[in-house]
Amino acid sequence: MTSEEKHEALFAKWISPKDPEGNDLKFQSPQAEKAFKERITRIKDAIQMKKLPDRVPVFVAPSFFPAYYAGITPQEAMYDYDKCSMAFKKFIMDFEPDGNLGAYVPGPGKFFEILDYKLYSWPGHGVAPEQSYQCNEGEYMTADEYDKLIEDPSNYFTHSYLPRVFGKLDGFQMLPTLTGILEMYGVAMNFIPFGLPPVQATYKALFDAGAEALKWMGAMGAFNGEITAAGYPIIAAGYTKAPFDVVGDTLRGTRGLMVDMYRQPDKLLEALDRLTPIMIKMGVDTAMMAGHPIIFMPLHKGADGFLSDEQFKKFYWPTFRKVMMGLIAEGVVPMPAMEGHWTTRLEIMSDLPKGKTLWMVDQSDIAKAKKTIGKVGCLFGNVPSDLLVVGTPQQVKDYVKNLIDTCAKGGGYIVSNGAFFDQAKPENVHAMVDAAREYGVY
Amino acid sequence: MAKDLCKTLADLKEDEALAIVEERLKAGGDPMGILNDASRAMEIVGTRFSKSEYFIPDLVYSGEILKKINEMVKPKLTTEGGAKKGGKVIIGTVAGDIHDIGKDIVVFMLDVSGFDVIDLGVDVPAQKFIDKIKETSAPVIGLSGFLTLAYDSMKQTIEAIKTAGLRDKTKVMIGGGQMSDEIKKYTGADAYGKDAVVAVSLARKWAGAK
Repeated sequence: MTSEEKHEALFAKWISPKDPEGNDLKFQSPQAEKAFKERITRIKDAIQMKKLPDRVPVFVAPSFFPAYYAGITPQEAMYDYDKCSMAFKKFIMDFEPDGNLGAYVPGPGKFFEILDYKLYSWPGHGVAPEQSYQCNEGEYMTADEYDKLIEDPSNYFTHSYLPRVFGKLDGFQMLPTLTGILEMYGVAMNFIPFGLPPVQATYKALFDAGAEALKWMGAMGAFNGEITAAGYPIIAAGYTKAPFDVVGDTLRGTRGLMVDMYRQPDKLLEALDRLTPIMIKMGVDTAMMAGHPIIFMPLHKGADGFLSDEQFKKFYWPTFRKVMMGLIAEGVVPMPAMEGHWTTRLEIMSDLPKGKTLWMVDQSDIAKAKKTIGKVGCLFGNVPSDLLVVGTPQQVKDYVKNLIDTCAKGGGYIVSNGAFFDQAKPENVHAMVDAAREYGVY
Repeated sequence: MAKDLCKTLADLKEDEALAIVEERLKAGGDPMGILNDASRAMEIVGTRFSKSEYFIPDLVYSGEILKKINEMVKPKLTTEGGAKKGGKVIIGTVAGDIHDIGKDIVVFMLDVSGFDVIDLGVDVPAQKFIDKIKETSAPVIGLSGFLTLAYDSMKQTIEAIKTAGLRDKTKVMIGGGQMSDEIKKYTGADAYGKDAVVAVSLARKWAGAK
């Protein structure tokens, strides 16, 4: 199949969902089925930019907002999967967005506990029960470990990185390199670590963690089936990342990454190259498994001010673009989220084929985004978090109307909030959705 | 004569800058003189940043080089460095929020601009701000936060400062990813600064530095 055919095939799968047995999913009603297909067609037309959708689609993309809205704490959402599903279902049914993010945001609290996850603090573990989880910045990969990462990324992750971010995976440090298992002679030597107590304790934790992950996924699967049957599509199948963010977010950390650009730029560039096919595969595999064309890419360390123009062109953009092109070649639609401000990057990032990408815009200059990336890719977002919290419904409506006037001409725009939000006045979120329906008809 | 430390450091030439420091120390040079040159270099870095000639990585890297210079010079120091010329600024990420990248950049810029910065770290309860204001009489308070959840936390912190009777003695600035002038009004702060450069000019206005 050509990449164009693969692209169409993924959209065809998305619009014809299956139940867990592999049969056509039964919708709640013929109206729900009609609404589901209309929503996906609307989103597809906006992305592909070949013809105008019937109206501007609308997404609502929250972080923990559905939990607060339903009156539960983030801690409850993370530890009680039924409550979590209930909250996100209420959110979707009440706001009726054309696209939503499912109920994956909270994640399974107990799972993180079982493995003693250190990369994040979460409600009850480092932050209060009524707060969302937050990342603990650190140098989880040290400055002198680039060669190890480059030489064998999965071996590096297993032996060095994972034991640092999960306390209970300590035993992985003692694991043999399995490529030493070749002949009868000496083969048993390789297995000795599996007999040692620390390694066995790690495997015991893994079995428990796996069971908990399955339990959570069961709840998520049921949730997805239910909201799909009610006519509401989930926007993305999963995620991958720009290689520069892989290194900067959770391996070297922001400070480590920035210093590496001066002290060891060649090693950094080599690592970015090494991570590129891995990030492509991560996105493509997820899309294929889910039968869904869209893969989310949260963008962080390339924002305005985080790099000079030269640094952005040298370190951030080339491998980020390669990952997107790798996804596009397999028919997948990259959905990069430009968190914060990216106005100075828009022009550079417009060098992409038309109708293959979907960009979340937070606080970047939206008019400029339309004139640059907006010429080749679909934009969504830009309704600000602060407006949703402290504004009035009329202010939100006016903002959305202005967005539609600025961006919707010729298609390729979806109304949405710009950053994943925890808090908002519900009436303001309603105003955003209503305004899209009211002003967005083509 | 060794090359100019101030210029070398301001241009972020790490190896050269460290070599100059080593040479000067070996030759029995005055450690305070070295630190003064380094401090002038940091001012230049700050100025270049405010003119958008330098970006965040340049600030971070200059800070890393400075750290190394401090380590080399410290054993030779006989007295503590002189007091800061600028006013006092208390800064911290508000309760419930543990993000610090933005805050650290503001701390850096205030520091190189001559302020005496009291950094309370992250997830700082309102009471800790109040205690520090009482202890230091700092006229400028910086509240940092990355999340929308920080809106209420900032509001509560400012209200607590008011209840403690300290509000009219202090000026409060807020900053962070999802902050804005609207949130300034919501929290009752005196100003919102979109970046570290604005934070420095606000602090100058309120506390007066050199």
